[in-house]
Amino acid sequence: MSIGKPLPHDSAPLHVAGTARYLDDIPLPQGALHLAFGLAGIARGRVESIDLAPVLAAPGVVRVITAQELIAAFGAVPDCSPSTHDEPLLSPDAIHFHGQPLFIVLAESHLAARRAARLARIDYHEEIPILTIEEALKADSRFEQGPVIWARGDAAAAIAAAPQRIAGRFPVGGQEHFYLEGQIAAALPQEDGMHILSSTQHPSEIQHKVAHALHLPMAAVRVETRRMGGGFGGKESQGNALAIACAVAARLTGQACKMRYDRDDDMVITGKRHDLEIRYEAGFDDEGRVLGISVTHLFRCGWSQDLSLPVADRAMLHADNCYFLRDIRIESHRLKTNTASATAFRGFGGPQGMIGIERVMDHIAFTLGREPLEVRRVNFYEAAVAAAETEGQPRGMNQEPGGQPRSIYQEPGGQPPGAPRSISLKRKGEIQTTPYQMPVEDFVGQELVARLVQSSDYLARKAEIAAWNAGSQVLRRGIALTPVKFGISFTLTWLNQAGALVHVYQDGSVHLNHGGTEMGQGLNLKVAQVVAAVFGLEAGDIRITATDTAKVPNTSATAASSGSDLNGMASREAALVIRGRMAAFLAEKHQVAPEAVRFQDGLVRVAGEEYPFARVAAWAYQARIPLSSTGFYATPKITWDRVKGQGRPFLYFAYGAAVSEVVIDCLTGENRILRTDILHDTGSPLNPAIDIGQIEGAYVQGAGWLTTEELVWDGKGRLMTHAPSTYKIPACSDRPPVFNVELWNRPNREATVGRSKAVGEPPFMLGISVHAALSAAVAACGADGGDERVWPDLAAPATPEAVLAAVERVRRDV
Amino acid sequence: MTGISFWLNGVETQIPEAESPTRTLLDWLRDTGGLKGTKEGCNEGDCGACTVILRDETGARAVNACILFLPQLKGKAIRTVEGITGPKGEMHPVQQAMITHHGSQCGFCTPGFIASMAAAHLNGDRNHDDSLAGNLCRCTGYAPIIRAARAAETAEIPQWLEEDANIFCPEISSGGEARPGRGGQTAPLSPTTTDALAALYAATPEATLIAGATDIGLWVTKQLRRLSPVIFLNQIKELQDITATTEGMRIGAMVTITRLREAVKTSHPGLAELLRRFASAQIRNTATIGGNIANGSPIGDGPPALIAAGAMLHLRQGDTRRSLALEDFFLDYRKQDRRPGEFVEAITLPAAPDLSCYKVSKRFDQDISALCGCFNITVTGGRISSARIAFGGMAAIPKRARVAEAALIGQDWNETTIRRAMRAMTEDYQPLSDMRASAGYRLTVAQNLLLRCYFERSGVETSVLKVAP
Repeated sequence: MSIGKPLPHDSAPLHVAGTARYLDDIPLPQGALHLAFGLAGIARGRVESIDLAPVLAAPGVVRVITAQELIAAFGAVPDCSPSTHDEPLLSPDAIHFHGQPLFIVLAESHLAARRAARLARIDYHEEIPILTIEEALKADSRFEQGPVIWARGDAAAAIAAAPQRIAGRFPVGGQEHFYLEGQIAAALPQEDGMHILSSTQHPSEIQHKVAHALHLPMAAVRVETRRMGGGFGGKESQGNALAIACAVAARLTGQACKMRYDRDDDMVITGKRHDLEIRYEAGFDDEGRVLGISVTHLFRCGWSQDLSLPVADRAMLHADNCYFLRDIRIESHRLKTNTASATAFRGFGGPQGMIGIERVMDHIAFTLGREPLEVRRVNFYEAAVAAAETEGQPRGMNQEPGGQPRSIYQEPGGQPPGAPRSISLKRKGEIQTTPYQMPVEDFVGQELVARLVQSSDYLARKAEIAAWNAGSQVLRRGIALTPVKFGISFTLTWLNQAGALVHVYQDGSVHLNHGGTEMGQGLNLKVAQVVAAVFGLEAGDIRITATDTAKVPNTSATAASSGSDLNGMASREAALVIRGRMAAFLAEKHQVAPEAVRFQDGLVRVAGEEYPFARVAAWAYQARIPLSSTGFYATPKITWDRVKGQGRPFLYFAYGAAVSEVVIDCLTGENRILRTDILHDTGSPLNPAIDIGQIEGAYVQGAGWLTTEELVWDGKGRLMTHAPSTYKIPACSDRPPVFNVELWNRPNREATVGRSKAVGEPPFMLGISVHAALSAAVAACGADGGDERVWPDLAAPATPEAVLAAVERVRRDV
Repeated sequence: MTGISFWLNGVETQIPEAESPTRTLLDWLRDTGGLKGTKEGCNEGDCGACTVILRDETGARAVNACILFLPQLKGKAIRTVEGITGPKGEMHPVQQAMITHHGSQCGFCTPGFIASMAAAHLNGDRNHDDSLAGNLCRCTGYAPIIRAARAAETAEIPQWLEEDANIFCPEISSGGEARPGRGGQTAPLSPTTTDALAALYAATPEATLIAGATDIGLWVTKQLRRLSPVIFLNQIKELQDITATTEGMRIGAMVTITRLREAVKTSHPGLAELLRRFASAQIRNTATIGGNIANGSPIGDGPPALIAAGAMLHLRQGDTRRSLALEDFFLDYRKQDRRPGEFVEAITLPAAPDLSCYKVSKRFDQDISALCGCFNITVTGGRISSARIAFGGMAAIPKRARVAEAALIGQDWNETTIRRAMRAMTEDYQPLSDMRASAGYRLTVAQNLLLRCYFERSGVETSVLKVAP
């Protein structure tokens, strides 16, 4: 059985040999042109006059394309937006951010295009840009008419009536994707359309936008993506501009065109994770139980809408994380600023929502002088098993045929999961719901955290750290445990579909194609493992091919962690159809029921005979049995009313928890992670090695978001951290020197492919434990107890400067 | 023979001089050499995706191909990822280990990692955090890469990589004199002796001197400047000497940071630790101490340490030589006491047993200092007998803290004295705010670093890097 094997990435032998092809490695036809954007040098205003003569005169330049020329040629400036029509490829008049593309240079080489793009002489009429949250609020510069508000109960009254209250403000920085392969696209003009190569997570979107730009039917545009050198959400919509630029340039010149951003241009032009300010007010009892909470998100979305609305929605959907919050009000502002348009980034708003409530939990614990873990525990949702045992079984609870909950595993050294547990029920018979009224049927946080507390030796280490801190003059250590509950499915319900195409050839080889894209996450391998399992083959027997809109149409972005859930299921369906036909054919031949035909170990077993798979394929071909099939999958159960903020937007939740231990220097704010323990739920993993790789990588990326990765703009809206020399993602030595990662290893209660769970995004939020641990270490710099203790108002990212500022605050205020 | 000759993956290769002298190896490999395995991630020597192995008579080392100019290859052997794989497609042990240990995800950084890992493997270097600090990976969180590096440690060096040592021959390149290239372009100037350089530079003082090109590389790849004329210093062996003199260690301007770090390991351990965090292995293997000084950056890590140690700078213009205290070389922002046609020949680093160096940056490894404080304080009989303190990142130049020094000298070595000197330091510096740190943070931390120096010498644990997990 190929499912569940820890196979190495299918491209690993090519990666290490340098033979894995990325877009820039693909030879283009002779005469191919290289493109570069000329960029705006102001954040807001308009172009007064522009002299492109020096650009045209530069060596190697073939042509320059302006917005006016696009209007003349195509009737309009093509739009690049994934959501609404507000992102012209080139600014026709108004400039909305520093670095906005103004014209396209076509040249004989990448370097010639880049050189020439800087030579335009431009006079601007400059206006005062709206850059900060305060400025945007003051100018009422926002998307949608006003804030989105979702509420349950009466938060204000509950807070007012609570015995204890806190309030706080918390700035959370954005994050640059820093995919190692920058944005790149190429367009190859065809006799009747356009062939696009793109480093994109969303080939169908590229196809749609290019077709729209060229006034072609989608069927005349083919988009191909073999692999990306990293995506992380940064290639969900941000590749549109390059592909469209190449397409219009290829149309106008008849030549193949390629565009890739230099790293600095990439960081200036493309969107990043949304930064925001979180404001909160909470009322709670003496045990730390939240009685009422009000949260406000102030998102800085940048100049265009892009994906900001669903990002901010998902932040609201994760404002509860693992905690039952009966009376809650969430207010979300989506502010429009003269900065690059913030976009999708692993977690898609989830991290921003989650860090808010985790901060609240720590603030409550600090206020009460209680163990933060205990405060978290009293607020956790009811355990899944306890909930399931009560009378109020959720509707649509998934069960295997026969009515018994599926139990194919045995918990290591423990009870089977169906066994009753001694968990006190707060409200017998009631399944707790999220603030958006989705029943939390599968909550394993209580048990998962209990196991992690034990395996990480959290309590003993916490005591040891307190003792160590007492004896340390300059350094302080901190430890924290934070949990994750992340909703899986696109919140835009109709995106939850996928298609696949499987061929079995007469020699028994299998060709697999599906709508997902490979960006390093091992999606192709996981899907190949699924298909191999259907045919009783090994994953290596399945030929993985480039994502291609000509093979599978109308695909969703490979995003929202959904890649293997959606495409694995669709591919499985396709393979099952073919296997069914092969089985029926053999069954008839051997006069047995089709179910009696078994596909195992590369063989097909029927009526006591066994044949190599290839031989059966050849027979089936000769018997004129079709050996090709599409497959399709649409996620069941989900419904979502975005306006009301109610429904079941997610099929299920993925869970995890991390314990991070850090040390800080109270003289400089320098800090580092000392040890990390993670227990994470990927259901029954399709490939445990790939899953662990995703978890390790996501955790470090999440830790980077909250520590070293700081985006700095100047007062004119210029990004000052536009290269790896100034923007610091984690380096090798920043990973935890002790790094224990374990999988929860229990099947998904929902009928997902192989009962696995999505893994792309959820573990990113395990990095929140680093910020919480740093906050604990800062608190340890303050007074020992009593009323003089000052809450460590630690900003994110917790750079050395931010840590030192927090240390000084807790010390000065004492 | 004209042109630039070098070995590429074991094959002798010649590039015509007509190639722009500031064309990078990466550009050549990908666009002309047909070798697409080496990747461009940042084009500024910060991500390591373009890492290749460079070998000459001093050994093998990882370098960044994106900011290495073709004339710097003269007489060297280069191994790209294609040549780290064996001639019959055999896997190098680090390649096999990276597969087995799941060290690649998106794979784009992987060829660079393979080059760095193979270079470290070749040199028996098992400090993977240091040797891989210049390779960024956004997918894996590094843990599996380190597991792979460890797993390959004891494997034998493949014979095809050993061959580079045998075929190596430093005499292949003609080097030398200027001659007109095609298209009226002047061929790069690569003098082979200091005398020749002195004469050449005196005659063409407008030329740009190129040592390791780790900063000048960015003038080309990022600022898109056309540099002409240029003089390459890499063929001058004399400038690479380290010799012991009565005044101290005389270090040639072309000594790389890697070699300097090795040379001062026992004599100046504080400096050596600072140099461990100087950029990345790839940059240290190429960057030179002369370039680090002559560049005149206020945030270079070499000058504050050398100033605190009391280093002397040796300059030469034609046949005229002069020496001055290193701190006197730096006049103002990017302005040095260097005359037209004058170049840095060497520095002399005196013994400095009390030298402590502290670099503070957002990220520990491969980052540019927000500030870098270096303290050379001698205590005799409980009293401070001498104090030299210099900072980078606190002023327009690397600058001494003379007011704070004065507050220390002659005083008792205790916390009261230190705190007084910390207050005095506010008169030494009025730092700027930028993307690395605010002015307020810089000043507070500069003061606190003096306290750290005191605590450290009093036996108090002050380094987060030394706390065991």
